[in-house]
Amino acid sequence: MATARIVIVGAGPAGIRCAETLVAAGFKPMLIDENRRDGGQIYRRQPQGFTRNYATLYGTEARKAQDLHESFDRLRGAIDYRPDTLVWNLTAGQLCCVSQGKHSTVDYDALILCTGATDRLMPIEGWQLAGTYSLGGAQIALKSQAVSIGHSVVFMGSGPLLYLVASQYVKAGAKVAAVLDTSPFSKRIGALPKLLARPGLLFTGMKLLAQLYRAKIPVHLGIKPLVVQGDAETGVSGVRVLTARGETLNVDCDAVALGYHLRPETQLADLAGCRMRFDEASGQWWLAVDEEGRTSVSGVYAAGDGSKIRGADAAEHAGRLAAMALLEDLHQPINAGLRDEQRQALAVMDQFRLGLAQAFPWPAEQAKALPDTAIVCRCEMISAGELRAVVSEKGACEVNRAKAFSRVGMGRCQGRYCSQAGAEVIAAAAGVSVQQVGRQRGQAPVKPLSILTEEVSP
Amino acid sequence: MKGRFVRLAEQGRPTVSLTVDGAAIEALQGDTLMVALLTQGNALRQSEFDSGRRAGFCLMGACQDCWVWTRSGERLRACSNEVREGLDIVTTQPEATWPLHG
Repeated sequence: MATARIVIVGAGPAGIRCAETLVAAGFKPMLIDENRRDGGQIYRRQPQGFTRNYATLYGTEARKAQDLHESFDRLRGAIDYRPDTLVWNLTAGQLCCVSQGKHSTVDYDALILCTGATDRLMPIEGWQLAGTYSLGGAQIALKSQAVSIGHSVVFMGSGPLLYLVASQYVKAGAKVAAVLDTSPFSKRIGALPKLLARPGLLFTGMKLLAQLYRAKIPVHLGIKPLVVQGDAETGVSGVRVLTARGETLNVDCDAVALGYHLRPETQLADLAGCRMRFDEASGQWWLAVDEEGRTSVSGVYAAGDGSKIRGADAAEHAGRLAAMALLEDLHQPINAGLRDEQRQALAVMDQFRLGLAQAFPWPAEQAKALPDTAIVCRCEMISAGELRAVVSEKGACEVNRAKAFSRVGMGRCQGRYCSQAGAEVIAAAAGVSVQQVGRQRGQAPVKPLSILTEEVSP
Repeated sequence: MKGRFVRLAEQGRPTVSLTVDGAAIEALQGDTLMVALLTQGNALRQSEFDSGRRAGFCLMGACQDCWVWTRSGERLRACSNEVREGLDIVTTQPEATWPLHG
């Protein structure tokens, strides 16, 4: 019976729970992951030979991380696991993959995209200088390699990850020069009713902040980032911001961890033709999925932060739900009680994520205020002024058209770190809403490939 | 030159020797190339579009800011490839480059 060729892309919390649910129903899914080891970014495993324990590595999330890794270890023999493999394109029923320079194709009947997210970035003058890293990148340096990104680190941006990573750095013995949050305290008060949907998590967040204060780390809320200082040769030497009281604050540092929560990796869903929708609360385009993870394309499902940014706990529930949706569509029996549990848990997490979006808003207004000299595309050093010029001189008020003229979104990161801020710059220059300027289309290959890639027969 | 990254733990691992731009360096087993290079230097490569040095950005294989090359011309993301004994890395693109921004 269990003959459908099911492929899951991504071995993070969503992908692993999805695979587990399908194995329990008698299927043997293929699980393709770009990373060498399972866990995704959030529960990324440290390399072999490292000895830090779960509590040190994952803090309050230790039990969840260990549970997910152990679940994966039990599953490993029951699934077709393909680590270190990039799905770089897809057509109806077929994935194009590359692993260690070798190209191959994989046929599928059903596809579940658990592709995760990356940091969401808003440029600041000087962010291209060596020593500026994404916030998630700063966390990976510590978690996966036991290093700090610098001798003295400023954490700047907004969102829960800002406090989590800063406190992890403090705990690990790194020097944290300051935590600079663009969202003001008042937003947090306003968001409290929604955040109380998950009181335990809210309390964890407050404990992190208390730890930072106890460690005497300067924490400033409601700041406006002005510039990352430094020079092209030696990199970052400090940051300058405006405090909530309107005073200029200079902080010396040799590294900056910058981020504003997350953006979904939707390129494969886009190539599959799945419909996207604009999420008002976070001000970005998400995958349109039903309550259980069905996309607009038959046979294509999605779960985790790659479809809706709701965090790792929600990803586990959504992974199970997407698997059950597929089982139902294949006319297989499912455990309705288990499905309802996942739905109820997700309803609570939906409420919480709305609270987070309110407490730590995406600072769209910064794009409008960005000086013309500030770099928007750090891959190819294209400035806000150059992007504005294609709006004013060529009338390019749509993201993909503006990309064609300006190359913002066409460099090595393929728009992952510039496209959302670029859309804000275009919208502000054109005097329309960010939703009206559209979103950057996904293009194959979804990551750069070597021209020396060899074909192997399946 | 002072390193950009600072090791905070896990320093008891065996060492691995490799070559970077012709100079021998020592790293620890399990280090990514990025960590091996940035614990001893302050950048990974030269930007092709300005005079800036670059030291990576996302560490999760998404930004492609950390490309380095093997002597034979194979391109590697420094954040997602581990050091291996005897690896011969160059940090300038082996292909022809030309100035785009003045």
